[in-house]
Amino acid sequence: MKKADAKSKKGKEFQTPYTVINALVKGNVVTKLSLVILGLGNIVHKQIVKGLMFLVIEAAYLYYMISYGFYALSMLPSLGWLETQEVWNESKMIYEYTAGHQSRLILLYGVATVFITFLFILVWRDAVKSSYKSEVLAKEGGHLNTFKEDFKSLFNQNLHKLLLALPLIGILVFTVLPLLYNITMAFTNYSKSGEKEVLFDWVGFNTFAKILNFQDSVGTQFYSVLGWTLIWAILATVLNYIFGMILAIVINRKETKAKAFWRFCFVLSIAVPQFVSLLIMRTMLQQDGIVNNLLINLGIIDRALPFFTNAMWARVTVIVINLWVGIPYTILQVTGILQNIPAELYEAAKIDGANAVQTFFKITLPYMLFVMTPYLITQFTGNINNFNVIFLLSGGNPTNVGNTAGKTDLLVTWLYKLTVDQRYYNLGAVIGIMTFVVLAIVALVTYRNTNSYKDEEGFM
Amino acid sequence: MSKTKTVTTGVKTRKTIVNIIVHIILAALAFVWVLPVIWVILISFRAEKGAYVSTFFPKSYTFDNYIRLFTDRSIMDFPQMFLNTFIIGVCCCIVSTIFVLSVAYCMSRMRFKMRKPYMNIAMILGLFPSFMSMIAVYYILQAFNLTNGSMIRLALIIVFSAGAGVNFYVAKGFFDTIPKSLDEAAIIDGATRWNIFTKVTIPLSKPIIVYTILTSFMGPWIDFVFAKVICRADATQFTVSIGLWNMLEKEYIYNWFNCFAAGAVVVSVPIAILFIMTQKFYVEGMSGAVKG
Repeated sequence: MKKADAKSKKGKEFQTPYTVINALVKGNVVTKLSLVILGLGNIVHKQIVKGLMFLVIEAAYLYYMISYGFYALSMLPSLGWLETQEVWNESKMIYEYTAGHQSRLILLYGVATVFITFLFILVWRDAVKSSYKSEVLAKEGGHLNTFKEDFKSLFNQNLHKLLLALPLIGILVFTVLPLLYNITMAFTNYSKSGEKEVLFDWVGFNTFAKILNFQDSVGTQFYSVLGWTLIWAILATVLNYIFGMILAIVINRKETKAKAFWRFCFVLSIAVPQFVSLLIMRTMLQQDGIVNNLLINLGIIDRALPFFTNAMWARVTVIVINLWVGIPYTILQVTGILQNIPAELYEAAKIDGANAVQTFFKITLPYMLFVMTPYLITQFTGNINNFNVIFLLSGGNPTNVGNTAGKTDLLVTWLYKLTVDQRYYNLGAVIGIMTFVVLAIVALVTYRNTNSYKDEEGFM
Repeated sequence: MSKTKTVTTGVKTRKTIVNIIVHIILAALAFVWVLPVIWVILISFRAEKGAYVSTFFPKSYTFDNYIRLFTDRSIMDFPQMFLNTFIIGVCCCIVSTIFVLSVAYCMSRMRFKMRKPYMNIAMILGLFPSFMSMIAVYYILQAFNLTNGSMIRLALIIVFSAGAGVNFYVAKGFFDTIPKSLDEAAIIDGATRWNIFTKVTIPLSKPIIVYTILTSFMGPWIDFVFAKVICRADATQFTVSIGLWNMLEKEYIYNWFNCFAAGAVVVSVPIAILFIMTQKFYVEGMSGAVKG
C-alpha cells in the first residue's frame, strides 16, 4: 500500500493490486484471519511494530464500543425518554433529583460513535490491505519495509501523511463532527417550542416542510430572508467591484497626482479591524448619533434620519457601509492586475478614436472579468455569509413584532438569532443546510466553469 | 496655424478642468473614508462624558480615557481581556500557520490518492456557514471539559485554529508559483521531501508566511461571535472584542463610551502598523489566490 503511491503511473494513477477484495479472494489463512485480528499478517511477516499498532487500535475501538459505544448507539433511535424526577428521600427528609436523559448528549455521543466507527472501518481497510501486501511480497520474495524504513518514508515519499495528520484531526473533530451533529439536529424537534429542550425526538423532514411552506409564518420569513440575502449578495459584490475598479483606475491615471497618498487613505480603513470600524459606524448612525445630531444642528433636517429603524433605509445603509468596507479591498486587488493589461490594446483603441468610457467597457472590464472571476465568486459566497456587517451594524433590525427575522437579516444572522438567542435549534440547523444548498448551487454553476479550476495544473 | 493652436489649448484647458474635478472627487471620497477613523481618535481624547455627541470636535481634550481603560479594572477588566486575547492570538498564529503551510505544501507538491478528494471536501466544508455548528462545537468542547475557568482559553485557541487546514488555497496558490525545478535539483542532491519543504520551499515563501501569520493572529482580535458563545458569562476570560461590544451596551455606554473609543484605538494601532508594514506581502498573498 505504501509503495503503491510511488509506483503510480499516469492514467491509472494510484491503482494498486492490494485491495480488500483481493485479500478476501486470494489471500491465505493468515490474511483472512487478519480480517478479524488486525495486523496479524504484518506480525507474521516480521513487521511487528506496524502489526501491533493495528492491533492496539482494534483493541481500543473494541474496548470503547463495549464499555460505552453500543449503549450510545442503542439510545440513538429513541433519543432518551427518562425525565428528570423529584424523589422524596425518607432518610434525609428532602426531595432529590434523579438525573434524566438529555437528548442533546445522547445525540452527540451517538453521532460521535457512528463517526468513530466509520474511522475505524478506514483503519480496518488499511490493515487488511497491509496484511495482504506483506503476504504477497513475502511470497514473491519482494522487500518488506521494516518499521525504521516506514518511519523514514514519513519524511520523504510519505511526507504528506506526517504533515496532514494533525490538521486532519483538527478538521475531523472540530469541523466535520460538529457539522454532522448539527445536521442531525435538523431532523429533530430540538427547540424551545413545546418544551423540547431536554428531551426531544426525531421528526424526519417536518422542520424542512415547515420552513419551505409558504403559508407557515416561519416559511414566509424564510422566503423574505432568502430573497434579501440574494439581493444583498449580488448588490454588495457587483457595486463593490465596479466602484472599486473605477476608483482604482482613477487613482492609476497618468494625470493623477499623489497616487500613493490616495491609496493610503483608502487602505487605512482595512488596517482598522472590521469589528471596530463597524461598531464605530453603528454608533455614528444611531438615532441620537453624531450624524443625525450634526445634520439637525446645521438645520438640514428637522427629524433624525431612520438609518436602522426603517426597513428601506436600513437596507440601503448596510449596502452603502459595506461599500466603505469593501472598496479598499477591491482597490488593493485590482491595482496589480490593471498594470498587467497589455498597453498595445489601449494604444490601438486610441488610434481608433475610442473615448475613456468605450475603452473601459470594451477593454478594461472584459479583461478584468476574465482574470478575476474566481475572486468575484469567493466575494459572492463571502457576502452571502457576511455575518459581521449585518450583525454589528443593524443586528438584522428593524424586526416586525412576532417575527424572529428582521428586515436586514441574512440567512446567517437569522441562524445565529435562532440558535443563540431564541433557542430554536432545529430551525437554525435547517437554515444552515439551506444556506449551504444556495452556496453549493452557486459554486457548482460558476466555479466549475472557471479556467483556473479546470487548469489547476496548467501553470505548474 | 493659429486655429490648431486654439484647439490644443482648448483640449488642454478641458484636461485641466477634468483633472481638477477628479482630484476634488478623490479628496471628497478620501475624506469620507478616513472620517470615521479620525472621529474615533478624537472621541478617545474627549473629556466630556456621555454617548450624546453633538459636535464633531470634542469641547475639551484629555488623556484620562486611556488611563481609565488600563487602570479601572472593577467593571471592565480591559488589561485582562487584552492579555487573554494576546495569548490566544499568539498560540493561534503558531498552530494555524503550521497547519496551513503543511496542508498547502502537500496539496501543491505531493501527489497522493486522497489529494483531489481532500481539496473538494475542503471546498464543500467552506460552503457551510461557519456559525452553523457553533452550538455543536460548544457541546463538544463541554464534553472535553474545556468550557470552564481558564480552560476557556484553550477552547478558544482550538476553535480559532483547529480548522485552519481547510484554508490552504491562498498558500497553495503561492507554492504553485515556486518553480518545480528547484525541488528536482534538490532531489538530485539527495534531499528528502522534508528537507525540500524546510530548506527550499519555506525560505522562499516569506510573503505567504507573513500573510498567514498576520491573518491568524488577527482572528481572535476581531472575532466576536465564537468568543461570546464560548465565554458565556465568565468575565475573566473575555476577549477584547466582547469587552468593546459590552461598552456600547445600554447600561455601560454613558460611562464607557469614551473608553470604547480609546480601546478601539489601542486595538487598531498595532494591527494597523503590522498591516501597513506587511501590505506588500499581503497583496502578493492575495494575488496568489486570484491566480490559483
